Amino acid sequence: MGSIQLQHVNKSFGAHAVIPDASLEIKDGEFVVFVGPSGCGKSTLLRLIAGLEDTTSGQILLDGQDMTAAPPARRQLAMVFQSYALYPHMTVGQNIGFPLKMAGMDKASIEGKVKEAAAVLNLTNYLDRRPRNLSGGQRQRVAIGRAIVRQPKAFLFDEPLSNLDAALRVNMRLEISELHQQLKTTMVYVTHDQVEAMTMADRIVVLNAGNIEQFGSPMELYRHPANRFVAGFIGSPRMNFIDGPEAAKHNAASIGFRPEHISVSATSGSWHGTVGVAEHLGSDTFLHVNVDGLGLMTVRTEGEKQLHHGDAVWLTPDPQRVYRFDKDGRSLAAA
Amino acid sequence: MAREATIQRKITVTAAAWVVALVIFFPILWTILTSFKSEGDAINLSHFFSTPWTIDSYFEVQSRSDYFHHFFNSVIISIGSTVLALLFSIPAAWSMAFAPTSRTRDLMMWMLSTKMMPAVGVLVPIYLIFKTLGLLDNVWGIMSILMLMNLPIVVWMLYTYFKEIPVDILEAARMDGATLGKELVYVLVPMAVPGIASTMLLNIILAWNEAFWTLNLTTINAAPLTAFIASYSSPEGLFWAKLSAASTLAIAPILVLGWISQRQLVRGLTFGAVK
Repeated sequence: MGSIQLQHVNKSFGAHAVIPDASLEIKDGEFVVFVGPSGCGKSTLLRLIAGLEDTTSGQILLDGQDMTAAPPARRQLAMVFQSYALYPHMTVGQNIGFPLKMAGMDKASIEGKVKEAAAVLNLTNYLDRRPRNLSGGQRQRVAIGRAIVRQPKAFLFDEPLSNLDAALRVNMRLEISELHQQLKTTMVYVTHDQVEAMTMADRIVVLNAGNIEQFGSPMELYRHPANRFVAGFIGSPRMNFIDGPEAAKHNAASIGFRPEHISVSATSGSWHGTVGVAEHLGSDTFLHVNVDGLGLMTVRTEGEKQLHHGDAVWLTPDPQRVYRFDKDGRSLAAA
Repeated sequence: MAREATIQRKITVTAAAWVVALVIFFPILWTILTSFKSEGDAINLSHFFSTPWTIDSYFEVQSRSDYFHHFFNSVIISIGSTVLALLFSIPAAWSMAFAPTSRTRDLMMWMLSTKMMPAVGVLVPIYLIFKTLGLLDNVWGIMSILMLMNLPIVVWMLYTYFKEIPVDILEAARMDGATLGKELVYVLVPMAVPGIASTMLLNIILAWNEAFWTLNLTTINAAPLTAFIASYSSPEGLFWAKLSAASTLAIAPILVLGWISQRQLVRGLTFGAVK
């Protein structure tokens, strides 16, 4: 079991509230991702759950039990840090076995469990090495090994992939997702990368300035963002926003179109513009178009499209996919 | 041309360094040489090197005032005070480095400021306290006063080393179920071994050489080597050869310790400076 409940949690440093008032419920076995720009309080929220920070007010319940005042050691949670935080003076085997040693398990059982975890993570040949003799990916695996070995109630990940190179990051992302399928243990994962959030999460918490903007499944957030912030944050490239008279035509203070919901034509369409930069990725082409009277817009089109700087184009947004927002940025019901 | 100039410069600098080193080392050399002379030759500077060498002074010193008794006192006092200091200062430095409050900085400055006060300023009250508690000429008494004297430096040094340890690793230990004590024993202390070792060495040396409190608070039972040396400068006149033999015997162990551990000491003292 591993459900996590936050009830009106507040965290302030002096007069500054990093988390003004957060309430959410993470179900047992769920993979929840906290996402938001840097400084939005996502890591603080994770550290509050871990017990590494004390709440200013509010309650944290683990499996329905109030753990607000419990020290980290008593919460039975495991955490994987951005810096891996391996013990440099211990071997890989000792690192993985450390939580078991702290739990007072006997040597023979520790050895068995460590071997088991090492086998799952392809670390069997490295058990006698020190962390400094491992690559970044291997260190990350050791950190995960240390987390899974004692079967915690939940795993907490604090931007675990941000120190890895791009190729390794994709691999590790898959490995963590697979691990979740295997273990079916609750995972809470912090990242600023919305691609990680979209691909890994059962549900995503979008945070902004310490406030939970929206909590829902990736596709829910993509299709029905609660406000302009979520609409802009989820989706890559980000949504195009238009204010003023063009938005007023849709009875809204501002409207948004995703780059993939705009079609491009050389001959006719709703808006005329000129291509500023064309990014050819092979699979897709991202066009940054200067639209007359509306400004810069990003459009996603097929990879083979041959358009270049200075070409004149016509853009037509999909009328079914217009996102409308009121003057406070809140989403309006579909027109 | 440039190459010649560089070589010339190197020679000049090396020569200058040797001169400075010899000047600094000369008193020690003189002491050692004098200890192997008879009392008569010791004060006769006209034949500095050409005297009949003898080890009589060493035998005399041992038989007159029992070198080994003082040596063991020095060992017990310096190591004991260091171990006591570490027991207090490791938790103190931990909390200052990893759980600081708004007053930590001031507290550390205050601690350091106690070292700026001349020791003689508190001699009378401390002497009276020791007298009342029956701690005069007591190994435990002198051990605890030396521990207190060096505590600010030990806490400061350990604090500097601990600051270099990433807090993530300690937090990882907490998440892994370590209590505060286990976090210190299994993670912090092993990671800070180089720093703790050099702090220990420095503290042992400081305690070994300490001569104010040891001379004022001990007489025979707890008297370390400093008191042993001092007993040879008496009102009846100086015995240069015996005084030198006593001094040589007193500094030899710490010199050997310093020599063996010099790499550790330099590394410890410059720790963090190059990071």
